[in-house]
Amino acid sequence: MGFKREPQVFSGSINAVEIGAGENKITIGGENVLPLYSFDAPIENRPKIGVAVSDMGYIKGIPGFDAFYNGADTVLEMAKRADAMPGADFLVLCLDSAHPNNGDKSVEECVALVKEVISAVDIPVVVEGSRHLEKDGKLLEKVAEATQGNNILILSAHEENYKSVAAAAALVYDHNISAESAVDINLAKQLNVLINVLGIKSEKMVMNLGSAAGGYGFEYIASTIERVKLAALSQNDAMLKMPIITPVSSETWAVKESIASEEDYPEWGSLEERGVNMEISTAAACLAAGSNAVILSHPESVKTVSEMIGLLV
Amino acid sequence: MALKGLDIFKLTPKTNCKDCGNATCMAFSMKVAQGAIELAKCPHLSEEALATLGDATAPPMAKITLGADDSLVLGGETVLFRHDKTFVSKNLYAVSVCAGCYDEKITAIEKVDYDRLGERMYVEMLNIIYDPGKPGASDKESYIELVKKAASKNRGLILDCKDADVAKEVLEVCAATKPLLNGADASNYEAMNKLAVEFGVALGVSGDNLDELYDTASALEKLGNKNLVLDVGCVSVKDAFEGAVQIRRGALKDGNRTFGYPSIVNVGKLAPGNKYMQTALASLFTLKYGSIIIMEEMTFPQALPLYGLRQNIFTDPQKPMKVEPGIYPLNGADENSICVTTVDFALTYFVVSGELERSGVPMNLLISDAGGYSVLTAWAAGKLSASSLAKFFKEFDVETKIKNRTLVIPGKVAVLKGEIEESLPGWKVIVAPGEAIEAVKFFKEKF
Repeated sequence: MGFKREPQVFSGSINAVEIGAGENKITIGGENVLPLYSFDAPIENRPKIGVAVSDMGYIKGIPGFDAFYNGADTVLEMAKRADAMPGADFLVLCLDSAHPNNGDKSVEECVALVKEVISAVDIPVVVEGSRHLEKDGKLLEKVAEATQGNNILILSAHEENYKSVAAAAALVYDHNISAESAVDINLAKQLNVLINVLGIKSEKMVMNLGSAAGGYGFEYIASTIERVKLAALSQNDAMLKMPIITPVSSETWAVKESIASEEDYPEWGSLEERGVNMEISTAAACLAAGSNAVILSHPESVKTVSEMIGLLV
Repeated sequence: MALKGLDIFKLTPKTNCKDCGNATCMAFSMKVAQGAIELAKCPHLSEEALATLGDATAPPMAKITLGADDSLVLGGETVLFRHDKTFVSKNLYAVSVCAGCYDEKITAIEKVDYDRLGERMYVEMLNIIYDPGKPGASDKESYIELVKKAASKNRGLILDCKDADVAKEVLEVCAATKPLLNGADASNYEAMNKLAVEFGVALGVSGDNLDELYDTASALEKLGNKNLVLDVGCVSVKDAFEGAVQIRRGALKDGNRTFGYPSIVNVGKLAPGNKYMQTALASLFTLKYGSIIIMEEMTFPQALPLYGLRQNIFTDPQKPMKVEPGIYPLNGADENSICVTTVDFALTYFVVSGELERSGVPMNLLISDAGGYSVLTAWAAGKLSASSLAKFFKEFDVETKIKNRTLVIPGKVAVLKGEIEESLPGWKVIVAPGEAIEAVKFFKEKF
């Protein structure tokens, strides 16, 4: 007799977005089933993992980072190491030092670094701005110009600066653009529509719906991602069919569990263990909710989450 | 799957007697169809009608209780996604113990026991393994001793034991704790069923694959046992994940009653010796449909993210999580430290207190009752105002407890500065930045 399976294969599917050029380009999205439900129908493009490399360096004093980046004195050297990290599908270069609070590095310097990194690494490159909306408007436009032909992904266009960021990235220089909104399906759709109206094809777009560490309002992230996925698949909503990318490490390595010192919380055990578990747990939860790509940083997290994806898809 | 109100109405006496507490039989029928009230509320239904309707109106997923005072509740879910309504029974975490490793493990298990937003975070269940085939593992006598020891720990017990004779002896010493007997499969389900019924405990069912699991569960239902938990197995991660999803989806979306039971997932067996992978899988199954998640251990670094994640996912979307109002000293603050205030919305509290702790500046965080709303929403709803703060100061006797007279208010309600200064004479009110992320810099520079 047995169990009668009723697979949920949807008529709508998530857009497939290509990042990178040449042999090592990757594709995210494309599936027509719920996240990781490869038993309903094959998932051609497994979820991908990006490794974040900040131009301000890695978190010092954590043995796993120190060992992995030991001797890598420049951002370029760090990027080369990350390029070879087991489980890494793409590199996320974060231009944090361009933020006025972090040294206000000039646009020219940042652009030079981006070009250097792209030519030095094999895996596709994603460039994230400084998270200062005004600065990013100028910065990411120049990054897009200087990297034409590399088909990079640029993070992120916001409601406030999408006209300069998205237009330059995807319209003029033919890169991919990530639209970032604040944990709300309606805001996400609205921004996608605005960017689409500029004439940008939705196949060049991904979404960042927001991020949080487990325990820190993660229910909003999970439910927003799930609702967006369901609307894309079951209602075939063209303005929500972009793949979802979720930065994880930037959130998880900033919460108390990952930074409180071992002296202050002796019963909590190793700080590194806490940080890695927080990163792994949040990443797994994001993937279960529906992220097509997550951005991580610790080598153990990248390895574990990549293995988990491999076991499921 | 579910019956429509009209189908139920046809089988009622249609007398509008109101004995069920509803104005009309039609109103009663509509509520039963929605699952809002039970069929049994109507005392006048014929046997025949009850038989016809009973199965169809039963909840799609059974609620199973475990533990000495039925304190552990599993199942009873009605939706596949929390945004559709809410999840009702949080998953439980269990840790496996065996005769050889018990003493060491129980010490570690008992260490993880803390409070997060009013919820006790600890390992709710112990999975007690009977595996005489393994060298060094328990024989029957040591297994019984092990169960006895574990039964004294005030946690739910899972008896991971497929041998009916051993299970019988074990149940004789621990049935009062209402353990889960996780041992029925296609080969032994009749004997196991007899035991489970005799001792009044829930029965865990497993199979080599989903079809065998289904057939065995179905056979147990035919024997009248509806106190079941379904083990998704440990053949592979892929199969276990499919099992958890198919079971829950089959029950809730496709109305498949035989799968209308909680699930049990042993991530310890799926990734033996790999703690990181167990954390990853436990998180996956916390989101997707694991009811009991068994791990090899639960260290603090694993517990912190998992319990936080679970608390988030099992929050009712209609009711925001709240923090108790009060004075929270941070960074070793005392009565001479400055005061900072924000709302009682848990997310705001966590983000703000995290940033404040990172600043390293000693301060007293004052949390007033703002209805569980975020700063701007609370302000707009009149829950965060000069008078609400003044009331809080009075109620908690802030002016006696704290000598410092500096109060930092959220940047988003800078407009309140003047009013607060008026209602709290003698206090110097300072406006913080609008975003929590800027707080570290602000406090480090200012104080």
